[in-house]
Amino acid sequence: MLEGILVEGLIYSLMVLGVFITFRILDFPDLTVDGSFPLGAVIMAVLLVKGVNPLVCLVLVFAAGFAAGTVTALIHNKLKVPNLLAGILTMTMLYSVNIRILGNRANIPLLRTKTILSQVIGAASGIIPEGITLLLFMIFVVAVVKLLLDLFFHTDLGLTLGALGCNEQMVITQGVNPEGLKIIGVGISNGLVALSGAFAAQYLGFADVNMGIGTVVSGLASVMIGEFLFQSNKIALLTLRVIFGSIVFKGIMYLGRYYGYYIKMTPNDLKLITGILIIISLIISKNREKLSLLRKNNKKGGVMK
Amino acid sequence: MIQLTSLSKVFNEGTVNENRAIHNVNLSVEDGEFVTIIGSNGAGKTTLFNLISGNMFPSAGKVVINGRDVTKDPEYKRAVYVGRIFQNPTLGTAETMTLEDNMTIAHYKGCKGLKKSLNRKLRNYFKEQLSELNMGLENRLKDNVGLFSGGQRQALTLLMMVLSKPDLILLDEHTAALDPGNAQMILDLTLKYINEYRLTAMMITHNMSNAIAYGNRLLMMDGGEIILDISGTEKQNTTKEVLVEKFAEIRKKNLANDELLLSP
Ligand SMILES: Nc1ncnc2c1ncn2[C@@H]1O[C@H](COP(=O)(O)OP(=O)(O)OP(=O)(O)O)[C@@H](O)[C@H]1O
Ligand SMILES: [Mg+2]
Repeated sequence: MLEGILVEGLIYSLMVLGVFITFRILDFPDLTVDGSFPLGAVIMAVLLVKGVNPLVCLVLVFAAGFAAGTVTALIHNKLKVPNLLAGILTMTMLYSVNIRILGNRANIPLLRTKTILSQVIGAASGIIPEGITLLLFMIFVVAVVKLLLDLFFHTDLGLTLGALGCNEQMVITQGVNPEGLKIIGVGISNGLVALSGAFAAQYLGFADVNMGIGTVVSGLASVMIGEFLFQSNKIALLTLRVIFGSIVFKGIMYLGRYYGYYIKMTPNDLKLITGILIIISLIISKNREKLSLLRKNNKKGGVMK
Repeated sequence: MIQLTSLSKVFNEGTVNENRAIHNVNLSVEDGEFVTIIGSNGAGKTTLFNLISGNMFPSAGKVVINGRDVTKDPEYKRAVYVGRIFQNPTLGTAETMTLEDNMTIAHYKGCKGLKKSLNRKLRNYFKEQLSELNMGLENRLKDNVGLFSGGQRQALTLLMMVLSKPDLILLDEHTAALDPGNAQMILDLTLKYINEYRLTAMMITHNMSNAIAYGNRLLMMDGGEIILDISGTEKQNTTKEVLVEKFAEIRKKNLANDELLLSP
């Protein structure tokens, strides 16, 4: 059970990292996520069924997510549409695209297909228990992604991306095109979300075009839960916080699913719970702000490094 | 350095709110000139800067910088050689990032790559530059800029701007949001940098004494036009009273002209 929570939390943390990049670093609330999560899942599933090399699959999944993010950023940049609407447009279009990718179906099973996860488990079977193998492997995957992200945000480009959400005028003053930065940022974010979808499909044993509903909200809830854990302005700690937030969120959802029936809750109520979690987080952080203002302590919970 | 030819900016053209913020302005600023600009609220000073920096595009006319027609270039492209400082000290820096990160972003202008520029050598260079500000900022490289005072942030913005070696700097009431002590400090710093780096500068100010005391050319704007342009000894010898007098004189003339035009 604990392993399950950890593994799920890690798989979804890739998506939460994406949500963190758009919502917190870029200040670009991006709803493409609900479409790019199943996009990653269906592409991964279709390619695996075709027998494509798993590593190639992952590259293609990331590229497809990046492309989805690019579409959103372009709609926002070129048509001067608010970012929320741009994301909703792409998300809606992706629903049809995802069905197309599945060959006019709504879902595809993966139970008999060789996946990355099943191969890893197979390789270690008899030596390490299945759950532990899965956990170790996901820790490895998430660690690699996290380290790459940390490295990226220390480069000149990454730093400038960090400044964009805080002060767009400054980015322009430094001679950088903010439109290009938005494409890169929203692209990377959705690439990560798609990767998360790809691993979720393998873990669940199927890909479904409806598996994205509510993703962005659960991602945001995870980010906010993480923000209660500790404060920092170092990117390495911020990404770590995001991963912890994702795991804690999955833990809360698990409790809701298995012990919720004591208060007559069903799994269908989980989205309501997620929303309420976000509202509670908002209320707490709002009161915290007031408190810290009272204390004249204007120490900012910063974004970068 | 820069030539503005028949430059006009009309806001809300063709509506009841039509507003000619800049009206047929011709101006040529030479290399190394330090121009101060005065004019009442709404005279069009900020709009003129917006047109030069590319923050807005003109309704008519041409902007030439360093011999290149940049009229259609977006702001971020011109920013590589045009530095700009705003009245609001928070606009020049990213407050949720550390001092060293801010300086890294600013230390060269233009496209950024996947290079990690920030290393010990660059840090030492930043420290050297910061210590010249005499604010102790050289010991706060890892602090978020949001923790600094308005004066510190404006000084930092100035430093970051000159380190990127712009050809032209635009200062829009950049001391107006600061207390008198800090305002003087920033003004002195501005002067020091302009002399040290031989910058071409344009400075908007509402302080007439400063406009007279600083720089080697003075422009007065009103109603979207440059109504007075003095330099050299004429500027050196002018006083507040003379400027106010001239302003009234020119405006009256304009009024008379308008009345002439309006009468059938
Ligand atoms: N973005 C805009 N849209 C519409 N009208 C504008 C805009 N910016 C400026 N204006 C108008 O253009 C005129 C000139 O404004 P501008 O900001 O250039 O004046 P200013 O000389 O900088 O004044 P101040 O000394 O108050 O800063 C004003 O009438 C103003 O209302
Ligand atoms: Mg102004």
